[in-house]
Amino acid sequence: MNRELLACPECDLLQHIPAPRPRKALCARCGAVLYRGGSGPERTLALTLTALVLLALANAFPILTLELQDERTTATLAGAAAALWSQNMPLVALLVLFMALAMPLAELTALAYLLVPLARGARAPGFAAVFRLLQFASRWGTVEVFVLGSLVALVKLGHVASVEPGIALGSYGALMLVMAAIEASFDPRELWARASFA
Amino acid sequence: MSAAAERGLFSCGTCGLVSRAPAAPGAACPRCHTRLAFRKPRSIAHCWAYLVAAMALYVPANTLPIMYTSSLFGSSEDTILSGVLYLWDSGSWYLALIVFAASIVVPLAKIIALAALAASVQFGWGSRRAERARLYRLVESIGRWSMLDIFVVALLVALVQLTALAAVRAGPAAPAFGAVVVLTMAAAQSFDPRLIWDDERR
Repeated sequence: MNRELLACPECDLLQHIPAPRPRKALCARCGAVLYRGGSGPERTLALTLTALVLLALANAFPILTLELQDERTTATLAGAAAALWSQNMPLVALLVLFMALAMPLAELTALAYLLVPLARGARAPGFAAVFRLLQFASRWGTVEVFVLGSLVALVKLGHVASVEPGIALGSYGALMLVMAAIEASFDPRELWARASFA
Repeated sequence: MSAAAERGLFSCGTCGLVSRAPAAPGAACPRCHTRLAFRKPRSIAHCWAYLVAAMALYVPANTLPIMYTSSLFGSSEDTILSGVLYLWDSGSWYLALIVFAASIVVPLAKIIALAALAASVQFGWGSRRAERARLYRLVESIGRWSMLDIFVVALLVALVQLTALAAVRAGPAAPAFGAVVVLTMAAAQSFDPRLIWDDERR
């Protein structure tokens, strides 16, 4: 069969994708993205590994540094969560860690776990379960929101004290861009097609 | 063409494969073995449950203080709205608008939009399907931005907690607001947009 049958994920309308696959196809009835071609698992994998390095940098260095009189304090993501925890806000602390660190990390790790064996023509054990984790994590990770939040905090405190952006803010900014590139280059349909032959 | 479910075809939520599975309960996708259902099970009931909880918590999230600030010059407490006004007064009106949109407009608009979508499916309103589908996509894509204020508070708390001259503490609105964000995101994800189209032919 050279015309693949698809059901729209948002309205269930059955449609065929024409044989030379278009770069992107929208549902004829509701306009949802039906299909978006990627730029191959190899490129997605390279971007994923880049993003993992950026995520490590983003958590090893301070996001913001504050200088008030002679005192210098720095904020990392883990430090922010620890401060909230110590103020009797464990749920907020966990939520911040979950959305700005755990979910992006899970998304990238899951992608690498699926793509590394696939590049050698093998299918990773637990493929479907890890793919579902990937779907879940990409819905709950909020790297771009965290970047904007850091900028708001920078400006807000900048009115009363001297605040400087740290290395991690740049890393989180770069991570945001690389994760957008991953989303554009990753084609789940091709992943499943390859996995079923592996 | 018609909907997959009308022809007894399942479309897999994990791998997207369209398959004719046996009618037995607990059918699984032949490619990835995900359990199949024509529609998300009890989508509308779950959506309402999350929405009602989000509505209840929206009130303390906006009326209680989200942040306490104390310094040599006195102490103050901020609600989400007074934080926005502070940004506005200090000249960062563009950030004030962004925070106002992300923290106050988006959660409220999301709750109203999802309630309208759930009601429209429940009562079988037949009109404006394409608009409702677009509304759902909008709600799903902007919901995450409400986390903005939580992140801002987290960073301010971390930066200012240890200095001798000033201290910032998170207030009781923070967990309430975090819960609103999570609940509205869960409500959007539990709503099945395919229900909008299901009675089109009848």
